[in-house]
Amino acid sequence: MRQWAVDTLTGLKASYSRELRAYFATPLAYVFMAIFLMMLGFFTWEASNFFDTGAADLQPFFYWHPWLYMIFMPALSMRLWSDETAAGTSELLMSLPVSVTGLAAGKLLAAWTVAAVSLVLTFPMWLTVNYLGAPDNTAIFLSYLMSLIMAGAYLSIGAAVSSLVSSQVLAYVIGVVVAFVFTAAGWPMVVGAVSGALGAAAGDLVATFSFLTHFETAERGVLELRSLIYFFGVIALWLALNVLWVSHRRNGAR
Amino acid sequence: MLELKHLVKRFGDHVAVEKVSFTLKKGEVLGFLGPNGAGKSTTMRMVAGVIEPDEGDVVIAGHSIINQPREAQRRLGFLPEGAPLYGDMTPVEFLNFLSTSHDLAKVERKRAIDRVVADARIANVANRRIVTLSKGYRRRVGLAGALLNDPDVLVLDEPTDGLDPIQKRAVRALIARMAPEKAILISTHTLEEVPAMCNRAIIIDRGRIVADGTPDSLTGQSPGGLEETFITMAGTAEADGV
Repeated sequence: MRQWAVDTLTGLKASYSRELRAYFATPLAYVFMAIFLMMLGFFTWEASNFFDTGAADLQPFFYWHPWLYMIFMPALSMRLWSDETAAGTSELLMSLPVSVTGLAAGKLLAAWTVAAVSLVLTFPMWLTVNYLGAPDNTAIFLSYLMSLIMAGAYLSIGAAVSSLVSSQVLAYVIGVVVAFVFTAAGWPMVVGAVSGALGAAAGDLVATFSFLTHFETAERGVLELRSLIYFFGVIALWLALNVLWVSHRRNGAR
Repeated sequence: MLELKHLVKRFGDHVAVEKVSFTLKKGEVLGFLGPNGAGKSTTMRMVAGVIEPDEGDVVIAGHSIINQPREAQRRLGFLPEGAPLYGDMTPVEFLNFLSTSHDLAKVERKRAIDRVVADARIANVANRRIVTLSKGYRRRVGLAGALLNDPDVLVLDEPTDGLDPIQKRAVRALIARMAPEKAILISTHTLEEVPAMCNRAIIIDRGRIVADGTPDSLTGQSPGGLEETFITMAGTAEADGV
């Protein structure tokens, strides 16, 4: 057990530094951040009419996070495993004396780091509301924190999906679809439809599994323990699936 | 140092490897021969722990690849078929990644990288992106990676495939230099290389071992030399089709 922990930590260190380097060695991370920030700005200012809300808070900004993550996070995670399969380097990876859990965790953390940097780069928004009024900065900080954790949940989905296919495009498309299911489950339209068909209890049940529902309170700067547990639970679940799927390939062809 | 015990691997109904067993001692360089699809790469992948055998076991320097995979892999150097590498890294970055994976200490790391860069003769391309390197250099970078942890057992899947004659000779010389200290398993299609590189050869066909001996004894088995022995032993399936 102790040896396993050491092998996991070694794998984590090795794959984290490799993946992080890969993001910044290619234009990927920069292009991702530029477009992500542009879209986030567009939705906040134009679609949510940031100036017309008349309140000095970042709610119109955080409102878009789940939806943008749904589209953008799979783009960050799609290459994590599918690229290894396509290039054949997965074979090299599997011959190294490290655990698959360590590799998967390292890859996830590397993508998560890029997401964190993107999020940090939205600081002008925060400065702007402070210039315009006197917002509750603790609340904003908590919203940011929760948003970052939620980004990790989206990435864990994308990373796990990318271990199932050898094409990045496929990994992206399937990743978005799965992310959409987890997001839209809390959408009033979906909840309403489910409640109408199967009763209010079923609608509530579906909503409790949605990222939207759990992020809603965080948007207002309220940190709920159950939401925190929910997001970390989702990350743990998808990381476990990721490890399982990668390990499973050892038994089959390729 | 390397022991394969009744390895079996099936892909669906197709039996890729059927009860392959042999033992490799220190100082032995084994040429692993066979037609395409005979099960060479599958066997080597099982030895390296990349895929799990359905039955049987592999013991590397006393450690089972099934029960103590990480311990076994620590003593193993593996060059997969086609020498896959990360194109976005330079050889030095790639070797650094491997040394982190092998958990080498800082001092040891520098020494190990310098050693394999010299051994594989890649010093002049050490800081170029791997994606820009020629096939020969890539193969040598892969070889450098396999040597990094100074393994007891070396498994090289077609290490000379696609190299020019000069590079082939360099790789053979490198293998000959390391041979006394290691057990080396090499697969190849190029039969002429076998007597020059190996002191033992195994022919595998449709997942089974059909011949095992020194290159000289295999050459002596038919009047046409090693090539004819190979074709008689392993070429039956294709010859039937003709």
